[in-house]
Amino acid sequence: MITPTHYMLLSAALFMIGVIGVMVRRNIIIIFMSIELILNAVNINLVAFSNQLQNVIGQVFAIFVIAVAAAEAAVGLGIILAFYRNKETVNIDEMNLMRW
Amino acid sequence: MVDNLIIPLLKIVIVLNATLVAVTYMVLLERKVIAWAQSRLGPMRVGPYGILQPIADAVKLMIKEDITPTRADKWVFTAAPIIAMVPALIVYAVIPFGPEVSLFGRKITLYITDVNVGLLYVVSVTSVGVYGIILAGYASNSKYPLLASLRASAQLISYEVAVTLTLVSVILVAGSLSMVDIVRAQEHWHVWFAFIQPLAFGIFFIGGLAETNRAPFDLPEAEQELTGGFHTEYSGMRFALFFLAEYANMIVVSSVATTLFLGGWLRPFPNVAALGFLDPIPSWTWFLIKSFVFLYVFIWIRATLPRYRYDQLMRLGWKVLIPLAIANLVVTGIVKVVLAT
Amino acid sequence: MGQAIAFYTLAAFILGFAVLVVSTKDTVHSVLFLVLDFLFVAALYVLLAAPFLAVIQVLVYAGGIVVLYLFVVMLVNLKRAPEAHHDPHRRTKLGFWLAAAVLVELGAIAAYGPAASAPAVTQTAAMPVSGNTEQVGWLLYTSYLIPFEIASMLLLVAMIGAIVLAKREL
Repeated sequence: MITPTHYMLLSAALFMIGVIGVMVRRNIIIIFMSIELILNAVNINLVAFSNQLQNVIGQVFAIFVIAVAAAEAAVGLGIILAFYRNKETVNIDEMNLMRW
Repeated sequence: MVDNLIIPLLKIVIVLNATLVAVTYMVLLERKVIAWAQSRLGPMRVGPYGILQPIADAVKLMIKEDITPTRADKWVFTAAPIIAMVPALIVYAVIPFGPEVSLFGRKITLYITDVNVGLLYVVSVTSVGVYGIILAGYASNSKYPLLASLRASAQLISYEVAVTLTLVSVILVAGSLSMVDIVRAQEHWHVWFAFIQPLAFGIFFIGGLAETNRAPFDLPEAEQELTGGFHTEYSGMRFALFFLAEYANMIVVSSVATTLFLGGWLRPFPNVAALGFLDPIPSWTWFLIKSFVFLYVFIWIRATLPRYRYDQLMRLGWKVLIPLAIANLVVTGIVKVVLAT
Repeated sequence: MGQAIAFYTLAAFILGFAVLVVSTKDTVHSVLFLVLDFLFVAALYVLLAAPFLAVIQVLVYAGGIVVLYLFVVMLVNLKRAPEAHHDPHRRTKLGFWLAAAVLVELGAIAAYGPAASAPAVTQTAAMPVSGNTEQVGWLLYTSYLIPFEIASMLLLVAMIGAIVLAKREL
């Protein structure tokens, strides 16, 4: 019997994997992808509870999360491209100058 | 047990086999039709009138040497043709070939399943098919395929927007996302959606040409421009998979256009009783005839029209088709609201 | 029973691919594992009786956002790996242990907390449409119209911003 607790544990584990990705990896594109993992973990949680409470509002919120993730991915990747054109690196340890 | 497992499995087996056979014979059909358009005969040697040519082609491609470039990414190189082919085959799960028929005392529906988000499923699966092209160009580790694959995938994702917008206007008219419901809505309205939504039909057809990298939008795989495009480095069975994936995508676009715009399995003028002598023809035959008409028009256009340049192609997609699709959607919405009051 | 098998299989794949996303050295492989992860999350949504959200997940996430990531990865793919040298200021092991501790805490809260019995807030009786897509659409266009419009404004702004940021010269 799969209770929402199972889905919460799955969501928490996926969330932590995303957080580990953000903290440990230095390639900024992998960091962005870990942020997408975090957003997906939140979505899984929302949809699981929407299923349990029989209310579609959880899925509506998940759609908004997906829309925000799309916007954030587009702008973030634009920033990465602009930065890469100037400094030829995607290592966040080297992205440490506020101006040059 | 039988109804839930065996019958869908049988349907899947039949549909997949029919699709693969149809795809291999599409190769022959294309060569023949283009040959006739150019006042020559096409393949005539293998079998009577060249009927066995696809088998010869298949055997030739299978026994060819399988070359992988030295520093290509081996897993991605192998996976790319598979990723290009699988979405074209999965779409058949929701395409309705006909309504319910009684066979051996059971009522069997002539579609594998009827998902209530069927049309969105089709769109989402074809948008995953872009990966095959991107990865093919990347994994080849070579300049021309990479450029060609970036161009091809940019073309695909641009025309996806226009096609999805036209599908939204069809959904507005039909009132449902399910493919079977759309055909039944055409039955209910007694007219094919091609006549209610002619602009959407035209945009879907042009977008479908661009989505499948067919002429006149086949710059990414043109031999004259980009040395063979994204499948330059592929040989043997993997190239065959790309080749077949393109034809499978063509058949998918034809099937979806038939279902959405030409009434699916309905006979022409389903409400006119005077044409009742056409009733004994089974419904799936009408579906196949209409899809075949689309495929013939695809090949006809390839034989006739010159190729678009890349910037002309992108300009057409973004500056012409998308505004037209949005305008169509707005007008459809307004008409629907006005008609409801 | 079938649902349990489906859930455990999907959960194993989702977590496995997520670990692979975070730990692969090659960025392109990482992006491909992310696509697979999203496809399995979409399958999980189908299991949770949310078919509309499942196809939206495939269409937007797997078919749009990750294609964008793949393009950028191919455009910035460097010859040398960006993590060639080890940074002494980073304490990777401490990070892992802290994350494991937080995960155990979250698990304890989830398993033993009082969230197991929440009242069923039914709003579906008030909606005149039935069917998952129709209900989501009804909510989006009636009760939550303003967030919907704001989300579309957000996407427009993001589109303009991405174009301006990535242009070679303004």
